[in-house]
Amino acid sequence: MAERQVIKRAKYKSSIKDPGTPGVLTMRREKFEFMPSDPRSLIKLNVEFRFIIGHKFSKEAPNKKALLNLTQDKGESYIFEFDSFPDRDACRDFVAMAIAPPINAGKAASEKTTVPPSSEQLSTAEMDRRIKLLQVDSELQKLHKEFVMGGVLTEAEFWATRKKLLDDKISSKSKQRVGLKSDMIFNVKPSSDGQSNRVKYSLTPEIIHQIFAEKPAVRRAYLNLVPKKMTEKDFWGKYWRAEYLHSTKNIVAAAAEAAEDEELAVFLKQDDILANEARRKIRRVDPTLDMEADEGDDYTHLPDHGLSRDVSKDLTDSQYDLYKRSFLQDLNRHAAVVLEGRSVDVELGDTRSVAEALTRLKQVESAKEASNTHMEQGRSDLISRMAELEDLQGPRDHPVAPLSIKDPRDYFDSQQANAIKTLGESQSGSKHTKCILTAHEAYGSLRKSISEIKGLGLTDPIVKPEAAIKVFNELTRRISNTNYHLGKDPHESVLDTLPNVTKEEILHQWTSIQELLKHFWSSYPITTTYLHVKVNKVKDAMSKIYQKLQEIKSSVEQDFRHPVSLLVQPMTQALDAAFAHYEADFQKRSTKSVERPNGFV
Amino acid sequence: MKFELEDVTVYFPYDHIYPEQYAYMLELKRSLDAKGHALLEMPTGTGKTIALLSLITSYSLSKPSNPVKLIYCTRTVHEMEKTLAELKLLYKYQIECLGKSASMLAIGLSSRKNLCVNEKVLSAENRDSVDAGCRKLTASWVREVAAENRKVETCSFYENYDRDTASLGSGVYTLQDLRLLGKEKGWCPYFLARHMVKFANVVVYSYQYLLDPKVAGIISKEMEKECVVVFDEAHNIDNVCIEALSVSVRRQTLEGATRNLSKISQEIDRLKETDADRLRSEYNRLVDGLAQRGNLPATDNWLANPILPDDILKEAVPGNIRRAEHFLSVLRRLVQYLKGRLETENVVKEGPVTFVGSINAQVGIDQKMLQFCYDRLFSLMLTLMITDTEEFLHIQTICNFATLVGTYTRGFSIIIEPFDERMPHIPDPVLQLCCHDASLAIKPVFERFQSVVITSGTLSPIDLYPRLLNFNPVVSRSFTMSLTRDCICPMVLSRGSDQLPVSTKFDLRSDPGVERNYGRLLLEMVSVVPDGVVCFFVSYSYMDGIVNSWNELGILKEVMQHKLVFIETQDVVETTLALDNYRRACDCGRGAVFFSVARGKVAEGIDFDRHYGRLVIMFGVPFQYSLSRILLARLEYLRETFQIKEGDFLTFDALRQAAQCVGRVIRSKADYGMMIFADKRYTRHDKRSKLPGWILTQLREAHLNLSTDMAVHIAKDFLRKMAQPYDKTCGGGKKTLLSQEDLEKMGSGNTDMLF
Repeated sequence: MAERQVIKRAKYKSSIKDPGTPGVLTMRREKFEFMPSDPRSLIKLNVEFRFIIGHKFSKEAPNKKALLNLTQDKGESYIFEFDSFPDRDACRDFVAMAIAPPINAGKAASEKTTVPPSSEQLSTAEMDRRIKLLQVDSELQKLHKEFVMGGVLTEAEFWATRKKLLDDKISSKSKQRVGLKSDMIFNVKPSSDGQSNRVKYSLTPEIIHQIFAEKPAVRRAYLNLVPKKMTEKDFWGKYWRAEYLHSTKNIVAAAAEAAEDEELAVFLKQDDILANEARRKIRRVDPTLDMEADEGDDYTHLPDHGLSRDVSKDLTDSQYDLYKRSFLQDLNRHAAVVLEGRSVDVELGDTRSVAEALTRLKQVESAKEASNTHMEQGRSDLISRMAELEDLQGPRDHPVAPLSIKDPRDYFDSQQANAIKTLGESQSGSKHTKCILTAHEAYGSLRKSISEIKGLGLTDPIVKPEAAIKVFNELTRRISNTNYHLGKDPHESVLDTLPNVTKEEILHQWTSIQELLKHFWSSYPITTTYLHVKVNKVKDAMSKIYQKLQEIKSSVEQDFRHPVSLLVQPMTQALDAAFAHYEADFQKRSTKSVERPNGFV
Repeated sequence: MKFELEDVTVYFPYDHIYPEQYAYMLELKRSLDAKGHALLEMPTGTGKTIALLSLITSYSLSKPSNPVKLIYCTRTVHEMEKTLAELKLLYKYQIECLGKSASMLAIGLSSRKNLCVNEKVLSAENRDSVDAGCRKLTASWVREVAAENRKVETCSFYENYDRDTASLGSGVYTLQDLRLLGKEKGWCPYFLARHMVKFANVVVYSYQYLLDPKVAGIISKEMEKECVVVFDEAHNIDNVCIEALSVSVRRQTLEGATRNLSKISQEIDRLKETDADRLRSEYNRLVDGLAQRGNLPATDNWLANPILPDDILKEAVPGNIRRAEHFLSVLRRLVQYLKGRLETENVVKEGPVTFVGSINAQVGIDQKMLQFCYDRLFSLMLTLMITDTEEFLHIQTICNFATLVGTYTRGFSIIIEPFDERMPHIPDPVLQLCCHDASLAIKPVFERFQSVVITSGTLSPIDLYPRLLNFNPVVSRSFTMSLTRDCICPMVLSRGSDQLPVSTKFDLRSDPGVERNYGRLLLEMVSVVPDGVVCFFVSYSYMDGIVNSWNELGILKEVMQHKLVFIETQDVVETTLALDNYRRACDCGRGAVFFSVARGKVAEGIDFDRHYGRLVIMFGVPFQYSLSRILLARLEYLRETFQIKEGDFLTFDALRQAAQCVGRVIRSKADYGMMIFADKRYTRHDKRSKLPGWILTQLREAHLNLSTDMAVHIAKDFLRKMAQPYDKTCGGGKKTLLSQEDLEKMGSGNTDMLF
């Protein structure tokens, strides 16, 4: 944390109308104290931050007072008036930082306070949106933690550059959702300890979610049975028992067990909800692949008609039909659910709410289907489009879906690798030192060295050949090595060759630098003191990162030093540019501020 | 575009035409001119269907005095829909060119199940219960009763149709269009379509409506001679013909038949008490012969006699089965006899003559009585006013069997097996009457109609079909494909990446090494090929086994990281949904693999064109189960009658299935796809050479004996090449796309130069 404590002059007010008691406000990590300047005054405050649940403040405007209002959890509030806005802001940021609990606590309730309101009064909707964004994007969260919590940027500043992000989310509700895993994770093998006859199945919230999504009958059974009739543990015990019976492929045994235990039977029987769903879905299937219609057409499908061909006949009696379930069916079902890809917006931890949410989702879906009458038309359009032979016909416009890339890094990785490669190549040529020498000086230096050589004579040889060859080999090997790695596989970027820690560190620094630079450059030209302060803060943070970059460079193993320095190069360059600009600007300002008094006074 | 083909102006709905389409049309036209049959093989993906439709409708338009009617037979309902969709495009273009004079009526016809719009009837599970549900509401006697008694339920759609004497205007009606129209106007689409078949210029329906005498007897009997009949995708037509005349009887059938008989006997007793006149009048009618079938109202019609029209006896029913009770006791004896035969310990194979002889000796039913069984049962059920036809399917099967066995003496055999060869410990006795001669069922079609066109992407070797079906085509030709670029890439993969051979031969089939190699092949391919990949296996049981072992090996899990996995199962509904999901997965870019079975329903008629199938892998050679007695009996018959060697026929049959499976990837020349034949047996010349020419010409010498890693390399290369922008003109050389000017320039003289 940047500052351990903040001490500012302020007036304490019991209400907004109150003229206030002047004094000194000291903010520490856990608490703040107010000492009135008049020692006789009774108003002394010593409040711990954990009682403070929020803060408000007045807008920054020339003729307004700089107010800060800290709200206590019991409804009381402390109002302070500051002499200047920067003072107030410093305190405000400190408060924001102090009352924010660690972000990864993960509780939605406490999360609210991590995003304290900024200069405008925020609607709760806006707050929620921000919180959500932070939750969704871990990178953003990291940045937020580092800069806002770290006091480099204020909350408002941080979000100001992301207005678009917020707006976009409002205008287009269709944000990309995380799909389901394509693994059949619930198809887990039991593990046995090898000594006893027990087998162990393990269950994670994700597996439960998948089971509920793919087996609606299990979901329904869960909602009906737990916790009224059995405990959660018993329920899953039964479920796995049924799975185990299935895996033994002994239908008769399964049927026998099901006959004794009606709850177990639920898991062993075929899923009737699925069967209904299938019947409903089959009606809106594309008629050009509706094989069920053939079944209805083909007169040779009368039972016992025609020749029995390669069909594995039903081996068992029809009484066991109910308990038949094949792995192939499961596969189809799984793929269908993954394709639907509808995940629910609830925490996976709570089994019951997951089950309920999935049930709701299904209901909504079927209601939608019932109301949808345009489908038939759309379908026949599609068929006629499909019927065309594309190359005999002139081109026609195809509707395109916009490309949405969740993590641009994956996509641009290869490009980045290429860019770095070319950068590395051009580096060697562009290292000319900027020395402006006069002809005279140059001549002088040349003469000097010549006379030196004249005096000493050339050592023969200048460099020992063994040493030269060694250096030369070493250099070429490393260069060819990296070049080889870089060009070889487009999927593999330089980053992937680095150890994980370094890789993450570099990526993190890179995003941090981007964030800071964005703020830095957007602050120019500096017109207000506020901006001035901000620039200073940002610059300090940047110089810290600069340090870190150097550390990274020196900390990596030798083999990686070259690629890492190549990677770090653009970052340091960007930072250098920023520093240079800062220095230049600072010079200008200081001369200005010096000049002015000179000129006038 | 429109162009002159000899004396016919052809209207073709696209701006360009492939040269092979043009040549195809020319051959087709010549066979129409000669009023003879044709056998045409043209690769998939060259627009066969549209060429056919376009030429025949144009031919009909150019001869207004004597227009031909087109009967277009497809194997499946979804192909029917696809054909009608193409016809719609064509029709739109013809109307644009010619205006009103081009108007025609084209309809698709299917069963009640697919056309019914009555929600109540439709809620039934399968086709037979829908049929029965419909009969309950529309049978003539039900309607008679309903006219007096308001409480008796009828079908409002049928009543409206009947009252309005509904008919269709010109246009192209798919099944879906018919349903929509029916809902909108309140007419019954099924009976409307049945009625309009007589007036339509183009009728699209399934093979069975012409080939199966039971169905053809009702629906197709009024078609006039001036029809062009097209069997599309006809490579399996011999099997369809054989199925149409085959029956199998199991224990359940016989038990059901016994139940049916006691129910019928109750009904007879009931009728005797209430309406004895009805039975008496039936007796009198039977004395006069059974000729009055034609006058039945359409709603009462049932499946017709299972034997071919020429073989139906035009004489009165034998006296000893005219009375209902007598007939019933004959049936009882027959069922009892069959039960006794099923109790055998050994496999029995005999000819129909011996079988009929032993029936006569043991239970005293002679051949003529057997022959009349089906018609007699039909008459009885009408008399008893039975609407619940679904319930009586078992006894129908028995009568069906009796009539067939009593009629035919050649080309059939009766095989009784006490258990399935592959599962000898499970008793599952079955008595099968199997037809071996495909020419029997199709003979009336060749005789009745002036031109029959048999066409498909795979008819190789093309000289075999005339022998199998016993007809003389005036035109018999196989076309190759002119390619703009090498858009198909067949490969033969004989080894896994460990250089061990892969095969589904019996001794290698369950070798874990082979299973793993097949798995690795799939895994490597799914990581390279975009969008859809289709895999075909030799049988359901093999697929089930290998998928399970892939799952245990963890290969399936890895495959899933690249693509979603969908599988054909024996449940049609589930398979359809899986296919639908597969397509959506390909559409959205997720990519998917579809596991399917050669000879299965998916292989029969689902297209995996464009991004729905960039690669087909055929795991193994899809031979028929060669120990099956039915197959052996058929092979024997083929050898004796047509001098076709067993091995040749089996290879031919397996390779046409394989070609059919892989041929589904290409739809047009802009499309592209790879085909992998993964079995070492494909490297042998005698196997490979049975593949159709258009695959063989693309199969390079270097691709004949590959291992997995080489195949992956080739696949990568091929995909990269195909990803380049598609250039229609292909820069010089042979033209693969002809415009109207090209055709005009060419004239009619030198069309053969194209090939």
